[in-house]
Amino acid sequence: MEPDPRPSLAVWKFASCDGCQLTLLDCEDELLPLTDRVRITHFLEMSSAEDSREPATLAGTGPYDLSLVEGSITTVEDVRRIHHIRRISRRLVTIGACATAGGIQALRNFADVEEFRAAVYASPEYIATLDTSTPISAQVPVDFELRGCPIDRGQLLEVLTAFLAGRKPNISSHSVCFECKRRGTTCITVAQGVPCLGPVTHAGCGALCPAYGRGCYGCFGPMATPNLEAMVRELRHDGMTERDIVRVFRTFNAASPEYGPVPGLAAQEAPGTPAEEGPR
Amino acid sequence: MSASTLPPAGGAVIGTDGLAALVDVLRARGYTVVGPTVRDGAIVLQELESAAQLPYGWGVDLEAGRYRLRSRTDGAAFANAAGPQSWKTFLHPARVRQWTAERAGGELVIEADDTAPPRFAFLGVRSCDLRAIAVQDRVLTAGPHSDPVYRGRRSGAFLVAVECTEPGGTCFCVSMGTGPAAGPGYDLVLTELVDDEGHRFWIRADSTEGAEILAELPGEPASEAVRRSAVDAVGSAAERMGRTMPDTDLRRLMAETLEAPRWDDVASRCLTCGNCTMVCPTCFCTTTEDVTDLTGDHAERWRVWDVCFDLDFSYLPGGPVRASPRSRYRQWLTHKLGTWHDQFGSSGCVGCGRCIVWCPVAIDITEEAAALHDWTRRTEDEPR
Ligand code: SF4
Ligand code: SF4
Ligand code: SF4
Ligand code: SF4
Repeated sequence: MEPDPRPSLAVWKFASCDGCQLTLLDCEDELLPLTDRVRITHFLEMSSAEDSREPATLAGTGPYDLSLVEGSITTVEDVRRIHHIRRISRRLVTIGACATAGGIQALRNFADVEEFRAAVYASPEYIATLDTSTPISAQVPVDFELRGCPIDRGQLLEVLTAFLAGRKPNISSHSVCFECKRRGTTCITVAQGVPCLGPVTHAGCGALCPAYGRGCYGCFGPMATPNLEAMVRELRHDGMTERDIVRVFRTFNAASPEYGPVPGLAAQEAPGTPAEEGPR
Repeated sequence: MSASTLPPAGGAVIGTDGLAALVDVLRARGYTVVGPTVRDGAIVLQELESAAQLPYGWGVDLEAGRYRLRSRTDGAAFANAAGPQSWKTFLHPARVRQWTAERAGGELVIEADDTAPPRFAFLGVRSCDLRAIAVQDRVLTAGPHSDPVYRGRRSGAFLVAVECTEPGGTCFCVSMGTGPAAGPGYDLVLTELVDDEGHRFWIRADSTEGAEILAELPGEPASEAVRRSAVDAVGSAAERMGRTMPDTDLRRLMAETLEAPRWDDVASRCLTCGNCTMVCPTCFCTTTEDVTDLTGDHAERWRVWDVCFDLDFSYLPGGPVRASPRSRYRQWLTHKLGTWHDQFGSSGCVGCGRCIVWCPVAIDITEEAAALHDWTRRTEDEPR
């Protein structure tokens, strides 16, 4: 039998909601052409078999030409598994805010995990977890990071197509403002006074939220050179309280080091306790 | 303008019915008429089906980082200033496909994208924007490599200018010598008057087709009184500019202040978000993106707006040349006010004020230039 010339693709899940993996299945029209070009070898969301061997294991056998990794590292077992996956993958691309920045679950990094565990689980003694949620790049070298919560379908296809063509993906790291201006959306901060994280947020969504009159809340995480001090001053000017400001950054990309200058971001506080209101 | 000077002769006076007829005549001649209209809390530019879509009764309050619509009791259509877009949206679009390539049976076929652009008629080109179009004409078509996309859209365009009678709080065309009276380059020009005599427009032609179209509109020859009122309205606008540039040789100022501490100060405020450059009617920079499909048998090249605030803009092997926000803001300001002269023989700024309004953190080009100017004066005073 001729060897299969198609590169092999594996999709992995760590601590995450599955939304980014589903973006791959959501490629509908492109899914069949994609399977002509790549061999989807390991993708539990799609098939419980690995290369038609039942059942696939959580760690896979490999080797894989391209691994897409969703989710963050939150357990000792995750650490072991990601090192294994890196070893058996030629290229490793993270998909989404969890894998790239630690995800919403990285809020634990600012809090006492013991307290969470006791509050959430009936039998906390069965839960083995790390104190932090970290991005994949904190554990192993990553070839490319695709941002978004969830990722954009078009950008995922661009990454896959670029991989197949052996070229760099066209993924810009400038602000969401570029996308508003290119599509002709009138700036909602300037024309309506709506607070918006667009100026510090990584492009990629096509400036979705502002096109519907709502401020960007940063689901793609920080752009290449975000000026957080200036952004925070602007958010105050647009009427956000200190508490709202901390909250808007404490979402899917909360643990991004670029967000460090946001005052009070990493301060431990009981969820929901209002901070002091700052000056406008 | 002193009362004894005679206003320029000629032209006609038309009413709002005449303006409606102008849109109809242009459309009947096959033009895609683009003009101002209210959408999403701003006066934007878009294709107009009739003059009824013009922003009758809307004014604007403009400040650094702030744009608000305001209703006007006089019903004027053009008593407002530059909006979020400029005509470059149509002449030098944000995204253009340049070519496509197909691979079939080992053959690569490349096909240029030369779809015929619409023939535009721009209604309501303000004096500053008329100058901005002239600047882009020079940049994009006067050199050895004329840009076919711009040329194709520009060469067939019909320009209806409008003189400003109500400058915005961020306008400074007087400082830049670009307004509020319209300079050359239009086919027709309008000056709007709303007073006891009614709502009228003094309209003049400056091209053969402009004169032909003017002859088709319902109106009458402009009396001296009308012409005088129009000239006075524009003259009074010149005295109500919201901003001014420092009265100095800006080109020299830029060359002399490259190491001024002010650049660090502005960099601490600047978000490097790129809004100022993208709203600027003269900024012309683009990048190219090559896209392939999954099969690898189909490729396309797209040209998209890019600006000097983007880190990738100066990316060379080894990294971006302008990595710091300081160097990127300095590139923008020194190009607009300084090195543009060396490259294209004019200023790159026409004083429209857009970069001031649409900067989310209210950074003001006139204030930055003034601060640099103050710095040179202070350092001159210091003993050496
Ligand atoms: S505008 Fe902001 S919050 Fe909305 S989808 Fe885009 S990146 Fe996410
Ligand atoms: S630099 Fe600013 S004021 Fe000058 S033309 Fe550009 S947008 Fe208008
Ligand atoms: S200021 Fe920047 S974006 Fe504008 S024309 Fe100059 S280099 Fe290009
Ligand atoms: S000057 Fe203002 S609009 Fe321009 S890049 Fe800086 S923050 Fe953005």
